Amino acid sequence: MASLVIAEHDNKTLKEATAKTVSAAAQVSTPVHVLVAGSDAAGVAQAAAKIAGVEKVLLADDPLYGKMVAETMETLILSLADKYDAILSPATTNGKNTMPRVAAKLDVAQISEIIKVISADTFERPIYAGNAIATVQAGAGKKVITVRTTTFKPAGDGGSAAVEKIGAAADPGLSKFVGEELSKSERPELTSAKIVISGGRGMQSGDNFHMLDKIADKLHAAVGASRAAVDAGFVPNDYQVGQTGKVVAPELYIAVGISGAIQHLAGMKDSKVIAAINKDEEAPIFQVADYGLVADLFKAIPEMDEELTKLGY
Amino acid sequence: MKVLVPVKRVIDYNVKVRVKADQTGVDLANVKMSMNPFDEICVEEAVRLKEKGKATEVIAVSIGPQQASETIRTALAMGADRGILVKTDAEVEPLAVAKILKAICEAEKPSLVIAGKQAIDDDSNQTGQMLAALLGWAQGTFAHKLELEEGSAKIEREIDGGLQTVEVKLPAVMTVDLRLNEPRYASLPNIMKAKKKPIDEKSPADYGVDIAPKLKVLKVSEPPKRQAGIKVKTVAELLDKLKNEAGVI
Repeated sequence: MASLVIAEHDNKTLKEATAKTVSAAAQVSTPVHVLVAGSDAAGVAQAAAKIAGVEKVLLADDPLYGKMVAETMETLILSLADKYDAILSPATTNGKNTMPRVAAKLDVAQISEIIKVISADTFERPIYAGNAIATVQAGAGKKVITVRTTTFKPAGDGGSAAVEKIGAAADPGLSKFVGEELSKSERPELTSAKIVISGGRGMQSGDNFHMLDKIADKLHAAVGASRAAVDAGFVPNDYQVGQTGKVVAPELYIAVGISGAIQHLAGMKDSKVIAAINKDEEAPIFQVADYGLVADLFKAIPEMDEELTKLGY
Repeated sequence: MKVLVPVKRVIDYNVKVRVKADQTGVDLANVKMSMNPFDEICVEEAVRLKEKGKATEVIAVSIGPQQASETIRTALAMGADRGILVKTDAEVEPLAVAKILKAICEAEKPSLVIAGKQAIDDDSNQTGQMLAALLGWAQGTFAHKLELEEGSAKIEREIDGGLQTVEVKLPAVMTVDLRLNEPRYASLPNIMKAKKKPIDEKSPADYGVDIAPKLKVLKVSEPPKRQAGIKVKTVAELLDKLKNEAGVI
C-alpha cells in the first residue's frame, strides 16, 4: 500500500528528522507520503516535496495544527489512515505525544523508537535503556512506528513531489495550547549537530556551562548535559541527553565532568567518537570513551579554549 | 476528586541488565525489582494533591504478578489510599494495559490519571497517551508542572525545544517527567499503616480485556559493545588525536 510520514517542523523549517524517517519508511512500505500539519506551513511542505523518495506531500494548513497538539493530530492522522499500511513519525516529543493515540484508536501496538528495519514487518528497538535490543514482529493491522532518527541516514534531496492541500479534521476540543518557553540558541540543534559537548554534575553551576559555550562556538557544536546537571538546575530540560532525554549520535561527543551513568550512556553511546574529561579516573564514562583525559575540567576546559585558538578555530 | 495512579514493577534502576544466553529476554531471576522511578513521581504528585485538599482519594493500580502488590504497598506507604492489583503472569503490552486502565477508569471515575511517561524496562512511552485516546480524554504528557483549576488543568510539558504549557479539560491523563517533584521516602509508621490499607485483586478477564500480545518478540540480544579507547595526558594531545587521528574536528 503506502506509508505516511508525519513531518517534524516548526511551521518555518522542516527538521532533518523528517528525511531520516522517510529513509525508514521507504524500507517499510512504498510509496512514501509526508503529512505536514501546521499553520502557515506551505514553505515546510515545499521543503518536504524535495526529499528524494517522497511521492506526495499532504499539507493540512490550519491554526489548529500550529503547535501539533496531540488530540487534534490524532483525529487528522486517523482521517487519513485508511490509505496507509504504515504510519511513521520521528521519535521527537511531538511524535511520542501523538502516535500512541493513533495506535490505540487503530487497535494496534505502537512500535517505539525503531533503530533498524529488518523487513517490512520486523524491527529492532532498544529496551532497558539500550542495554538490550529487541527484535519484534508486527501483527496484523496497520503499523504505527516511531523512529529513533540517530540510526537512519536522511533521504537525499532532488525529489519533486506534488503538494496536495487537505482540510482540517474535526477539533475534539479537549485541550489548547497556552504558551511556551523555548531555548534560543544560534548553535546547531542537539540532535542534528556534528559535534556535541556536554557537561555533568562536575560543572558545579549553570554559570560554568559558559565555558562549554565558548568551546561549542569554536567547534560549531551543540551543548548538552547529563540528567544530574539538569536536575540540579544548571541548564534547562531540553539540554538533557539520555534514556529519557534526547538521544544523540554525533561525529564527536565530548563529555565533561560526566561520570557516565547507564541512563546517560543510553543517549550518546552510538556517537562515532567519544572524548571524556573527568577528574575521577574510575568514572564509567572512560569505559566507552575513545579518548579519555583524567583532569580537572576547570583547568582543562580553559586550556582547550586556548589551544583551539592557537590551532585557528 | 479521585486520582488514579498506575504503578509498574520493574527491574531496579541500579541493576545492571543482563540478556539471557538463549536470547529470549532479560534475566530477571533473583534481580532486585522496584517501582518504576517515573511512577514514584506520579504517586508523590497525587499524594500532594490530596494533602492540599484537591484530591479526595488516591488509588494505586498495578498490572502484573502477585509481587506487584509490593509495588502497590509502596504507593500506599507514600500516601495512596487503596490499591487494585490486576493479577497476571503474562507480559502485558501498553495497549492492553491501557484497555484495563480504561475499564478501571469507567468504574472508578477519576478526574485525573497520573502515569509515568515511560517505564524503564520496555521504554515504550505509550500507555498514558493510549489510555487518553481510548477514553476520548485530553492528555498532558511529560509534565513538568501541574496547576489544577475548576474543570481543567494547566500542564507545563518538557518538549524538545524547552517547555510548553497546555490547558486540558478534566478528566484527563497526565504523564510525568523527571522534574515534576522529588518523591518522598515512606516513613516506618506509614509503611506499617500501609499494611492495613485495602488492595482489591482482579484479573484482566474481570475487565473483559484480551491481553494476548500483538507484537511478537523474535529475540532479545546484547547491543554491540563499545571498547574503551586510550587515555591521553594533556589537552593538546587530546585535540591532536581528535584532529589528526579521528578527523572529527
